[in-house]
Amino acid sequence: MSRIELSRRSMLKAGAAGLATPTVFAGAAWSFTNDPQGGAVTLGFNVPQTGPYADEGADELRAYELAVEHLNGGGDGGMINTFSSKTLDGAGILGQKVEFVTGDTQTKGDAARASAKSMIEKDGAIMITGGSSSSTAIAVQGLCQEAGVIFMAGLTHSNDTTGKDRKANGFRHFFNGYMSGAALAPVLANRYGTDRKAYHLTADYTWGWTQQESIANSTEALGWETINNVLTPLASTDFSAYIAPVLNSGADVLVLNHYGGNMVNSLTNAVQFGLRDREANGKNFEIVVPLYSRLMARGAGENVKGIFGSTNWHWSLPDDGSKAFVRSFGTKYGFPPSQAAHTCYVQTLLYADAVNRAGSFNPCAVVEALEGFQFDGLGNGPTLYRADDHQCFKDVLVVQGKENPTSEFDILEVVEVTPRAQVEYPSDHPMFGGPEASLGSCNPGA
Amino acid sequence: MDALLLQILNGLDKGSAYALIALGLTLIFGTLGVVNFAHGALFMIGAFCAVFIQGVLNLSYETVDETQKDFLGNPLKVKTPHVENWFGPETGAAIIDWSVPLAILFAIPVMIAVGVIMERGLIKHFYKRPHADQILVTFGLAIVLQEVIKYFYGANPIPTPAPSSLAGAFDFGVLFGFDPNAIIYPYWRMIYFVFAIAIIGAVFAFLQFTTYGMVVRAGMADRETVSMLGINIDKRFTMMFGIAAAVAGLAGVMYTPINPPNYHMGMDFLVLSFVVVVVGGMGSLPGAVLAGFLLGILESFASTTWATTTIPGINQVIIYVVAIIVLLTRPRGLMGRKGVMEE
Repeated sequence: MSRIELSRRSMLKAGAAGLATPTVFAGAAWSFTNDPQGGAVTLGFNVPQTGPYADEGADELRAYELAVEHLNGGGDGGMINTFSSKTLDGAGILGQKVEFVTGDTQTKGDAARASAKSMIEKDGAIMITGGSSSSTAIAVQGLCQEAGVIFMAGLTHSNDTTGKDRKANGFRHFFNGYMSGAALAPVLANRYGTDRKAYHLTADYTWGWTQQESIANSTEALGWETINNVLTPLASTDFSAYIAPVLNSGADVLVLNHYGGNMVNSLTNAVQFGLRDREANGKNFEIVVPLYSRLMARGAGENVKGIFGSTNWHWSLPDDGSKAFVRSFGTKYGFPPSQAAHTCYVQTLLYADAVNRAGSFNPCAVVEALEGFQFDGLGNGPTLYRADDHQCFKDVLVVQGKENPTSEFDILEVVEVTPRAQVEYPSDHPMFGGPEASLGSCNPGA
Repeated sequence: MDALLLQILNGLDKGSAYALIALGLTLIFGTLGVVNFAHGALFMIGAFCAVFIQGVLNLSYETVDETQKDFLGNPLKVKTPHVENWFGPETGAAIIDWSVPLAILFAIPVMIAVGVIMERGLIKHFYKRPHADQILVTFGLAIVLQEVIKYFYGANPIPTPAPSSLAGAFDFGVLFGFDPNAIIYPYWRMIYFVFAIAIIGAVFAFLQFTTYGMVVRAGMADRETVSMLGINIDKRFTMMFGIAAAVAGLAGVMYTPINPPNYHMGMDFLVLSFVVVVVGGMGSLPGAVLAGFLLGILESFASTTWATTTIPGINQVIIYVVAIIVLLTRPRGLMGRKGVMEE
């Protein structure tokens, strides 16, 4: 690890440089945590390697390894070839070879912070990225803010990550609960009508709360009524006690605000109880899974068929960026990448490009380079990294469980690409912390 | 009234799993005096017997379909299970469809073997060690078994559905004069309950009405005296460990259509099953069964909207609250025997 020792001489030098440099580049001249030395830069990939999301974490890690390979000039270059910004040339980042270390979040906030801290302090990681849960993302984002390194979030869908818990050093490419609601609600209203009564089962933690609020607001705006919302413990494995009363509740739609193993079990239980075979209020009973993960949805088997949800990205997208990434990933590993893999790969390229454009690894310079950055060619169409909250704005996919899959990967089909304008919201939106929510100021550490 | 019946029904299938696991735990504790924290892992291994059989029945050969493309744009390789080739598409598909019930036949010998190997290979070395040592070594074993399964099958749940003719749910409410949809209950959960009752009955009958069972019961009451009669009681207790493993394994096999199995599923049941054993009374087989069903039903009631809004979080602590109340009022548990775990 390269520790930064602040001496009086270095302080004076940095201060003089700061005075002599235009404000926009001032940050670059100051010393910062883990300034790369010796021709290599270390990135920290913090993913769940054990625990229930270990498979998703493994896919993230594959994507990171592929990104590092491409940044260092290996392989076919993947999305570097389609990325609208052309600073990445296969010579690492700012000419430094990219190396990486990994940590295990275990999908636990404390463990995720500990592994990130270890990578920053012991391994000299200058950027932390990854994760498969909003609670760990928020925990690690806070740590990175304190430590003075950039956090490029992995799979995190809670509004809070770039809402009330937003941080100047943190950036999210993945979409969020509000966007899922805004994209999904019109499709649901179109398919199932506007006179619907919804019963929500919601995972009892930050992601579940914000997703439930988002879906309820979006569907109610189109005429649906939310008749109940039951919070289910994250550790639940059998949801029969929660699902059994649904049919007799007056509802005709069940919304499962669950992810991963919770989603697999609650959806399996709901189908077991015959919800989809029954009628309520004179209509077919329907089930909705607002956030889909193709990787995890495999666990629910045939139960996902016909069920609507949303996703950040899907391997079947026809744009050049997606095709390039699927080709690279599929050739190397033998199967298509998940949405978690995609967002992690993209975040790595975006970080590397921001450093190149800033001309510095200083986190404050990287923040300035990413804020308001508009790009294309990374699989989601034209995208903006909004400066106000560090949230990416791009098209959102509405998907449906495929009725006749042709392979084990062919589980979801894209039914609508919701345009970015439909999922945008003001940065002081009440669901995102309101006017009080603030990024704070960038922390270069050291 | 309909909500009451609904939650009783819901509690029965979960109670069935608790009862089966607790029954095995009590058998092992009653015969060998070992506190087996690897028992949840045996439940999980049983479930993965079903996954294994499903995988074997789905072993396929590939043909290339030029008209379709895979995710890389190459001609699609279409997989056709060998059983469909050997027995025809319809019969082959039916065999695959019934993979979970078929897995029972595979799981019984496998689980007995796993139990015997576990007992002879590791646990017998800890008979004379303190219970804390037994707990540590069996808990460690459980983690090892989990990781082995995760290595081969990954961390994600694996769909293992019930036969399609046994999928779906039955409208119980109509039978009792309630409105349609008031009491809906899945067929497979009913089957699970009946299966659990059959297994519990078989274990009790084996212990009660066979000579082998009589000797085991005698050994549980006074091991030394039975040994002095020239009976190799250790051998019989080893076999009981195998039977207890098979009971846990069968509970796991039949549970797979209820929730897709994953490597961690045993741990989800283990702690609660220990509470069940303690509430039922250490060493009491009827107590384990009674407490299993009782706590399963109580847990189901505690998960209702009414209960969680009246006392937030009650669904997560109800079993432990009941355990505290039972142990305060009946320190040996509901049907505990004097002298067991009291030295």
